[in-house]
Amino acid sequence: MTELLVPAMPTTPLERVRWALSDGWVVARRGLIHWVRNPVMVVYQLLWPIMMVMLFGYVFGSAMVVAGGGDYREFLMPGLFGQTVMFGLATTVMVMTTDASQGVTDRFRSMPMSQSGVVLGRSFSDMVNSVLELVILVGCGLAVGWRWHHGFGKALAAMGLLLLLRFALIWVGIYLGLIVTPEAAAAAWAPLFPLTMIANTFVSPSQMPGWLGLLAEWNPLSATVGACRELFGNPGWPGESWAAQHAVELAIAWPVVIVAIFLPLSVRRYRRLDR
Amino acid sequence: MEASTHALMAEGLCKRYGDTTALDGFDLAVRPGTVCGLLGPNGAGKTTAVRIFSTLLRADGGRATVAGFDVARQAAQVRYRIGLAGQQPAVDEILTGRENLEMWGRLYRLDARTARRRADELLERFGLSDAAGKRAKHYSGGMRRRLDLAASFILAPQVLFLDEPTTGLDPRNRNEVWKSVQALVAAGTTVLLTTQYLEEADRLADQIAVIDSGRVIAEGTPGELKSAIGGDRIDVVTRDAAGLAEAVRVIAQVTGAEPETDPDARRISAPVRDRIGALTGAARELAEAGVEVEDLALRRPTLDEVFLHLTGHHAAAVDPADPAGRQEVRA
Ligand SMILES: Nc1ncnc2c1ncn2[C@@H]1O[C@H](COP(=O)(O)OP(=O)(O)OP(=O)(O)O)[C@@H](O)[C@H]1O
Ligand SMILES: [Mg+2]
Repeated sequence: MTELLVPAMPTTPLERVRWALSDGWVVARRGLIHWVRNPVMVVYQLLWPIMMVMLFGYVFGSAMVVAGGGDYREFLMPGLFGQTVMFGLATTVMVMTTDASQGVTDRFRSMPMSQSGVVLGRSFSDMVNSVLELVILVGCGLAVGWRWHHGFGKALAAMGLLLLLRFALIWVGIYLGLIVTPEAAAAAWAPLFPLTMIANTFVSPSQMPGWLGLLAEWNPLSATVGACRELFGNPGWPGESWAAQHAVELAIAWPVVIVAIFLPLSVRRYRRLDR
Repeated sequence: MEASTHALMAEGLCKRYGDTTALDGFDLAVRPGTVCGLLGPNGAGKTTAVRIFSTLLRADGGRATVAGFDVARQAAQVRYRIGLAGQQPAVDEILTGRENLEMWGRLYRLDARTARRRADELLERFGLSDAAGKRAKHYSGGMRRRLDLAASFILAPQVLFLDEPTTGLDPRNRNEVWKSVQALVAAGTTVLLTTQYLEEADRLADQIAVIDSGRVIAEGTPGELKSAIGGDRIDVVTRDAAGLAEAVRVIAQVTGAEPETDPDARRISAPVRDRIGALTGAARELAEAGVEVEDLALRRPTLDEVFLHLTGHHAAAVDPADPAGRQEVRA
């Protein structure tokens, strides 16, 4: 090992993609190992959905009336799916800030690795994480009487929309993770919580005061949750507003817009991190 | 191309953080296959310079090249040719030592088998074999630093940046790091090493650049630098204050220089040219004069003394009204 080594530089676009995938896999595996080795997190992620179903399905749910009629727990489950997806944002932010503060991000940035590999890997492990959370939540939902009524294909499409939103939020998470400190990341829950509530997750926007209802109608989360209710055939759909009636279209459009804004922001921020 | 004769080159680098000027016209040129020691006190701008060279930070002004590639415009090319061990160890805390090295090795494009073999070699060399299966979270500060250094040694890069590599290491491990650096240099690697220890720079560097307030204030070989500041020093500590005046007279006579006195510590210090002559002479003359001596020793000048000599001010208290001019030290 006395030869000076310059690692092979990818020359063709195909090679570049291959390296991005291979680097992405290394980073993704790291993310998954982190998750598995953090038993507190694993237990928390298992118990959280159960607690939420209990809390909202039975504690609040017993006093809830669904606008337009229907079972509240059937109405609730798509909302909880959406909320879980949103909360995934906090995980991404936290992992990113931890990496930055421990100097791991700097090591990545000073290495000849594919720069998109870092992000690919991050997205992959975060997506796997979210899929697991959704699967657990679906199990809880089935246990409390929630069903999909329009066939398995549409149910899968609804899951696809949820994961699409999660994918878009990864970019928001990466961007925020590159600009805030770990302390601030821990506080990410504070704004995230109301953001998941000022939506159609737990109550219909039509039952809120006018201005708040308007905000809730146009919350990207409302689009995804509304589209899920439509695809699952759960109560609470459609609402009266234009946004509510075009939930599926918006559930695709919102993530695309979010990615279009935050992907270039993240890439720029990553390249010229001035810490 | 002019730049390609240097492994590292900086011209008029400037970097500001708000009101703080971290680099202020930083110039440096390092020949391939040599070690350059960047010596300076806290806040001098050493880390900032390393971060600009390793493409982590963008300069506000000036330019820098690594292996002939511009760090701003050809950052990817630069990254393929450098290794970096930053001032803060960058290790993944959840992974074990071996997993860390294997991961970084994979990202350096080694295949899985080579990455594993390389990881084992490095763990062995840096005395981490026993802790290889332990999570880095449970490593001591020195172990963490060694793991980080090992990661920067995975490839033999063309240019290696080491930012205070031996801070917090015990003497044995410090020696091991120095040996590893020397082995890499023998193989052709160029090293930029920042340090606050004159001894380290002296031991490793072919060329030392002293940096203060963001610019290089003196440059030369360790020998040139040392002779410019009067070489090593002799320290005498007397048993009681009464003997101090007599000791000053003796030391002035033996060394032929004006000693500095610290009455509180009862310490006298003077530069020496002939080390052994000064030591034996001082011992004899002090005994003849009847001065009771508690300690008598030869030592390297401290960074602060280097500074005092080069800039006329102590390293800690920078006088902005007296911007030190760049000074070539050539014997
Ligand atoms: N991210 C930052 N934000 C603001 N100021 C900074 C930042 N990084 C460095 N500085 C300032 O720039 C100057 C140079 O810092 P630098 O870290 O390069 O010094 P150094 O020579 O490496 O010091 P040390 O020996 O303490 O590591 C200092 O005054 C420092 O306060
Ligand atoms: Mg530093």
